Amino acid sequence: MLSVQDTNTPVKFSPELISKFADVVSRYPVGKQKSALLPILHLVQAEYGWVSAPAMDSVADFLSIQSIEVYEVASFYTMYFLKPQGKYMLEVCRTGPCEIVGATPIMEHIEKTLGVKEGDVTEDGLFSWRGVECLAACGYGPVLQIAPEYTFYENLTTNSVDKLIGDLKAKANK
Amino acid sequence: MGRKLLLEHINVPGINTFDVYRSKGGYAAVEKALKTLTPEEVVEEVKKSGLRGRGGAGFPTGMKWSFLAKPEGVERYLVCNADESEPGTFKDRFLMTYIPHLLIEGMIVASFALGAKTSYIYVRGEMMPQIRILEKAIAEAKAKGFLGKNILGTGYDLELYVQPGGGAYICGEETALLESLEGKRGNPRIKPPFPAIAGLYGCPTVVNNVESIAAVVPIINDGGDEYAKIGIGRSTGTKLISAGGNLKKPGVYEIDLGLPAEEFLYSDDYCGGIANGKLLKAVVAGGSSVPILPANLFLKTINNEARLMSYESLADGGFVSGTMMGSGGFIAYDEDQCIVRNTWNFARFYHHESCGQCSPCREGTGWMEKVLHRLEYGHGKMSDMDLLVDVSKKIEGNTICPLGDAAAWPVASAIRHFRDEFEWHVTNAYEATTRNYGLAHYADPLNAVIA
Amino acid sequence: MKVTIDSITIEVEPGTTILNAARMIGGDIVPPAMCYYSKLEGSGGKCRTCLVQVSKGSEKDPRPMPKLVASCRTTVMDGMEVKNISSPEVIEARKGVVEMLLINHPLDCPVCDQAGECHLQDLGYEHGAAKTRYEFDRRTFEKIDIGDKIQLHMTRCILCYRCVFVADQITDHRIHGILNRGDHSEISTYITKAVDNDFSGNVIDVCPVGALTDKTFRFKNRVWFTKPVEAHRECENPKCCGKVTLWYKGEDVLRVTARKDEYGEAEEFICNTCRFDKKKTIDWVIEGPRKVSHKSVISSNHYDTLKPLPVVKTNPLLQQANKEQFERETRL
Repeated sequence: MLSVQDTNTPVKFSPELISKFADVVSRYPVGKQKSALLPILHLVQAEYGWVSAPAMDSVADFLSIQSIEVYEVASFYTMYFLKPQGKYMLEVCRTGPCEIVGATPIMEHIEKTLGVKEGDVTEDGLFSWRGVECLAACGYGPVLQIAPEYTFYENLTTNSVDKLIGDLKAKANK
Repeated sequence: MGRKLLLEHINVPGINTFDVYRSKGGYAAVEKALKTLTPEEVVEEVKKSGLRGRGGAGFPTGMKWSFLAKPEGVERYLVCNADESEPGTFKDRFLMTYIPHLLIEGMIVASFALGAKTSYIYVRGEMMPQIRILEKAIAEAKAKGFLGKNILGTGYDLELYVQPGGGAYICGEETALLESLEGKRGNPRIKPPFPAIAGLYGCPTVVNNVESIAAVVPIINDGGDEYAKIGIGRSTGTKLISAGGNLKKPGVYEIDLGLPAEEFLYSDDYCGGIANGKLLKAVVAGGSSVPILPANLFLKTINNEARLMSYESLADGGFVSGTMMGSGGFIAYDEDQCIVRNTWNFARFYHHESCGQCSPCREGTGWMEKVLHRLEYGHGKMSDMDLLVDVSKKIEGNTICPLGDAAAWPVASAIRHFRDEFEWHVTNAYEATTRNYGLAHYADPLNAVIA
Repeated sequence: MKVTIDSITIEVEPGTTILNAARMIGGDIVPPAMCYYSKLEGSGGKCRTCLVQVSKGSEKDPRPMPKLVASCRTTVMDGMEVKNISSPEVIEARKGVVEMLLINHPLDCPVCDQAGECHLQDLGYEHGAAKTRYEFDRRTFEKIDIGDKIQLHMTRCILCYRCVFVADQITDHRIHGILNRGDHSEISTYITKAVDNDFSGNVIDVCPVGALTDKTFRFKNRVWFTKPVEAHRECENPKCCGKVTLWYKGEDVLRVTARKDEYGEAEEFICNTCRFDKKKTIDWVIEGPRKVSHKSVISSNHYDTLKPLPVVKTNPLLQQANKEQFERETRL
């Protein structure tokens, strides 16, 4: 069993979202609409901030596949959040090349600054953070990216992280 | 500094736009291929160039193309592997960010050569900014008549789409990538059949790395023979090396294959040496999966010859004293780095990224990580090193896909060359948590350590 | 075409896998298989216990294959030569695979319903090492019920994917599957949904370990104390063959399963009505006792007879003391 934040409210997608889905489906041959699953889950996540079970059921309906096929895929890939996250998810690369130039101190600093453990959400609902595996920017480490836009920040220092968090807070409170 | 085929115009302002790219001679390869060559001739040029797959395996690209089955009335697909996730490698991100049209141009030429009418670029999901860049570039190319129906009036139709991944290193394996592109879990397929016979949707498919596809552009522009003149032996052409770690000037460099490793590492044209005046301890030459080498063995082969940046020279000495070109993810470690910690870090990566389909990899990667964690944190035993080597052997070669090998090699090679450092972590457990082993003798000119 | 396995040559149809060719030969040279299931399309290749060495590719291309291959998913070529038990490399690799399968297995055989007919037990006994080298906590999961008749004990699962193939191919739609990745992978239904389908019970039969068990049989008895009998009935379900094995204890049918062949595979799948609801002798036409391999633990209590010492036969006191044993003998 997955630790899923379960909501029983069925999800009905907006017509705009549905038309985006249809656009994705049109990229594949007829009958191969399941190919659209990964891009559609990204769209759902961008819209709701995470991927809930009812949302996955609705995606399954849209693509005419079984719900379990969506669950299987969503739980395989690390990018899909199966429970709500902070508005900004700070993902810090923790793999070898970033590690040897100081990824761990950056993560410790973020933990201290935000006051929440990896995977948890700050009280104001703004931030969560986690260590992720190689983000393919090994020459510019330490690096982090911020979901849902996946903006990218390189050559991090504790100062630049402080500024980044400050900027995001200011932006959110505007 | 060597010539640049891929990155020649990388510093031109606005090269990421169609107009600037075109003004610098971009899309000439499309015109040449579609208007003056047959698909077979394009394949022939790529064969002549000796281009080898730049994603890691190093299989000749032209040969891979010629294996593509061509049954009547069955669609064929070209899929570009832009799921760059190998620790140490970041050249594809660089290429897609700064010169996206080079990839689009290569995709059009390669699709034409293979007879594909629909092609996909599978980009790892984390690279959302690059996905947006590519989608914009595709729209530009389409607006200018280089994509879509009847390209340049030649009657050739091609649709090109960008497919985002969902966050899984394993999708860099070509059959896992195809599964993922079909909207499934990224479980590698059992081969045969190979994608050239039954790939995407069961149709004949070629999967190529971003850099391989991009390299097709200069090959068509200058001719395969010209391309083959660059480089050394069977390592032809130029290669993008992603240089990271404790370097003065980390970044992406285009080198002529065969460049001396020492020059690459220390010359100011390239990495500029080790940062902060430190000494080199070890090198991972081709991405985290390839065997790690101590400084002395990286710079000189066991026969005391200068090591070159080529497929053959890097592999000189086999797994006893050599390594691999891999995807060109070059990581330098200075004297302050701990090899045990780094090995544990890599083991954690492979444990995290194992798809879990076959048992040796699913269970073995986690086991290795746990033992390495224990060593790093001062609870190891002297028998752990032999245990790790044995577990790595039980994984290597016994799995469905190469992730098992990729997980086994870094562990086995670290113990092979740095065993004394591992043993020190056991005998001096407390000290090992407070300081690092240091350079030791790993850079000594003569004493290459081979267990 | 001809294929030679451990020096035994056999003629097989093109398209036959090495494993099936070996099964046609039979005996010790048959590689063990934990995930392959001949009745389930696409199964196999995952557990790696059936790895063999191909020492000669074919008559045309005699080069050996560079790596060990999964015999269940590799088709034979004419003139192929395969080494299974005659290859030390294969034996070593298989030992490694068994070790991997066991490091996170709970080894709770004393309380597991599958004990006695568990393929992992047999595999460990035949190909594994006596001791484990694994010194860390084992992976555990909560037990869940999928439907009222089937219990999923994920901790024991070896991720063979057979039950997923059953749901895909035998039932009309699949609602359980593999969630998560790597060694966190698990069989699940995401949010507890009942696996409710006429043929869902077959997941119990295909499970090589005690991960999916029959709740109606749970803790009722050890399999080696029960007596298997072949039986059939006219099943109302047109897709069900109605041919089963009934597992008796005394007069009671404790459980019903499909009939299994010597490799533990169901000969034909049966419906849930036959499996869960028909537990009276009157429901069935008895064909006779099931043949049990002499290697099976099930045979151990059935075919050994009590051989009392001569002194027991002549001494009424001792006869009285052993009364229970003698009665048990007659009962069996």
